[in-house]
Amino acid sequence: MIADNGIVIAFWLLAATTIGCALMVAAVRELVQAVLFLALTFVGAAGMYIVLSADFVAVVQVLIYAGAVSVLMTFAVMLTPAADRRNSETVFQVPALILAGLVLAIVVFVTLDTDWAISDRGAFSATAASLGEAFLKPYVVPFEVASVLLMVAMIGAIVLTQEDEVPPRRQEGE
Amino acid sequence: MTLNALRLIPMRSLLDLITGYWWDLRDFSNLTRMIYKHLEDWGFPDWSIYVISGLIGTLGIIAFIGGVAVINIWVERRVVGRMQSRLGPNRLGPFGLLQPVADAIKLMQKEVLQPASAPGLIYTLAPIAFTVPGIAVFAVVPWGRHAVLASLDVGLLYILGMSSLAVLSVFMAGYSSNNKYSLFGAMRVIAMLVSYEIPIVAGLLGVVLFAGTMDLQGIVLFQEENWAFMVMLQPLAFLIYFFAISAELNRTPADIAEAESEIVGGYHTEYSGMKFGLFYAAELINAVSVSAIIATLFLGGWWAYKLDELVPGWMIFIGKVYGVYFLFVWTRGTLPRFRIDQLLAFAWKWLTPMAIINVVVVAAEVLAWEESGWSAGFWIPVFIAVNGALTGALIFGFVKFFAPKFQRFPTRPRFYPDIDVPSLPAVTGAEFMAKGGQA
Amino acid sequence: MTTPLLALTLHLEDVLVVGAALFAIGLYVALSKRNAIGVLMGVELMLNAVNVTLLAFSRFIESEQPLDGQVFAVFVITVAAAEAAVALALAVAIYKHRETVNIDEIDLLRW
Repeated sequence: MIADNGIVIAFWLLAATTIGCALMVAAVRELVQAVLFLALTFVGAAGMYIVLSADFVAVVQVLIYAGAVSVLMTFAVMLTPAADRRNSETVFQVPALILAGLVLAIVVFVTLDTDWAISDRGAFSATAASLGEAFLKPYVVPFEVASVLLMVAMIGAIVLTQEDEVPPRRQEGE
Repeated sequence: MTLNALRLIPMRSLLDLITGYWWDLRDFSNLTRMIYKHLEDWGFPDWSIYVISGLIGTLGIIAFIGGVAVINIWVERRVVGRMQSRLGPNRLGPFGLLQPVADAIKLMQKEVLQPASAPGLIYTLAPIAFTVPGIAVFAVVPWGRHAVLASLDVGLLYILGMSSLAVLSVFMAGYSSNNKYSLFGAMRVIAMLVSYEIPIVAGLLGVVLFAGTMDLQGIVLFQEENWAFMVMLQPLAFLIYFFAISAELNRTPADIAEAESEIVGGYHTEYSGMKFGLFYAAELINAVSVSAIIATLFLGGWWAYKLDELVPGWMIFIGKVYGVYFLFVWTRGTLPRFRIDQLLAFAWKWLTPMAIINVVVVAAEVLAWEESGWSAGFWIPVFIAVNGALTGALIFGFVKFFAPKFQRFPTRPRFYPDIDVPSLPAVTGAEFMAKGGQA
Repeated sequence: MTTPLLALTLHLEDVLVVGAALFAIGLYVALSKRNAIGVLMGVELMLNAVNVTLLAFSRFIESEQPLDGQVFAVFVITVAAAEAAVALALAVAIYKHRETVNIDEIDLLRW
């Protein structure tokens, strides 16, 4: 339980921003605007992480999601120009709405029904150093696996987007 | 005689006049302490004191940045003018100092035009979103031993995150302008920034490894403790960061995003009036904030050997910021613009491998330092020598083996190499003149 | 002791409800968008919702190693970044061959 007026107000403001922007992602049909709203959602989520005293994760979120993933998405949107034409929702719109509502209802019910083992530990102080230790001591194998996964993803992305026919290289010093 | 005259000035009582009072501007801590005390006496609750002191600090920083953005218009134009054997603005006021005011008035009274088909919200938000990260960076930069607005534990990552946000605002501007050239500029800048993010982060890793913290105040304290600027320990990281960030700043050696001779004005082609003025100011603000980061990380921030006992730390800091800013103006005034393929090749083939080699070497050094148990007095000079030699060797090796061959008469890049195009005659200028001016 | 003017509290359940709402929106976006990149946006929203939940547990729940939630959140971010890169590369590659990234037109394997 956090009992600090400023922090609670900040959390609800950030939550409202995040959910509002997420709703705009769902509502907007133009992909570029959706990407921009998505970036705002990421920044709002980063603010919520700070409220939950996870400053390292928050900054990583801003750096990777808002800085890299949304930029990649704008790139993809720009590289697929004709894809923006037929952009109405699929036939699954109504079932998706129902399913999402059901999921929300179930999760909220479970959340309110469960008796959580709340601790009164208080906020974490500086998390970066202890997170680093956690990565390199108990979680070193997942850490290495994640780095290999990143490598695989990078190579895969390069191979996928490579041109099929390599254009003839121009001669040097003709 | 002069010495005797100096002795007449009661130095001790002069210091007593300011020590412990709020007008002791060597350090802002007395001022803030006084504000705290008064607010507590007036019965403000704790959280409002927190908010008010934060607001005061923020206002101070914004005032500083606004002043800097105005002054730097003049500084930049004068310095670049000097480098190009011109005078620069010198008519309005003493030395032309009032020129920025005239520029601002001119920009303010211009009509703000907006393309009819532009999505209005994005179009309006883009210059604002472009300005904010440059200012927000200053929140974690220390101004003195006790003067830092937010001593963030992950300060360096915060700075990187903020500077990566500027990319999206450039894209917003280029996209919402609904102009081919704007979109060209935006896509160019995105391609460039995605590439330059890697050497920036990998270069700064060396600094973080040495200092053992990402807090900017901690990095300054590390330099004070070990009696060495980080630029001596990490010359390669300094060079990598300097070149990479000057690409990210969109300034002239790398200003492909707004190259006025190629794509009109790039992403701000369609902006006019004060919206354009905001882009213009943000460019200057970003340069200053990056200079502040370099001054803090590599040049000791407010600390300068024994000097910070005599001079207020924030004065030293501002002096260093302007020193680095001069370097940026220098590159802008002397280097021609690169092509985009040259810039991307520079990031991927030169800066990134160098940064990775640097990180590996620094990790080995820090390990040796910690495992050996020998003092910093032994290791720091060794590191300075080793890293300096490494920097020289790497730069020499890359230039020797990877630099493109110098072409006296460069051939034009051709998209259809099978069509035979007669190339230029390979004669030097002297031969050309000896033949009587005929090829 | 005077009673404070305003005494707001934030409980675990509040954060979890926000996370659930974000997850539901992400699910709706992933299922209803026609464009493959839009679907990817929905997936990213869901991953963010999961991160909010993980960090809330890490902050509030009694545990021996309370930081594990944050460790897991960082792993989620890493995997999401890799997934975004590959998925966007797939979208661009498909666009090169089919001139579309609409998921209901990419149906070569249907019959």
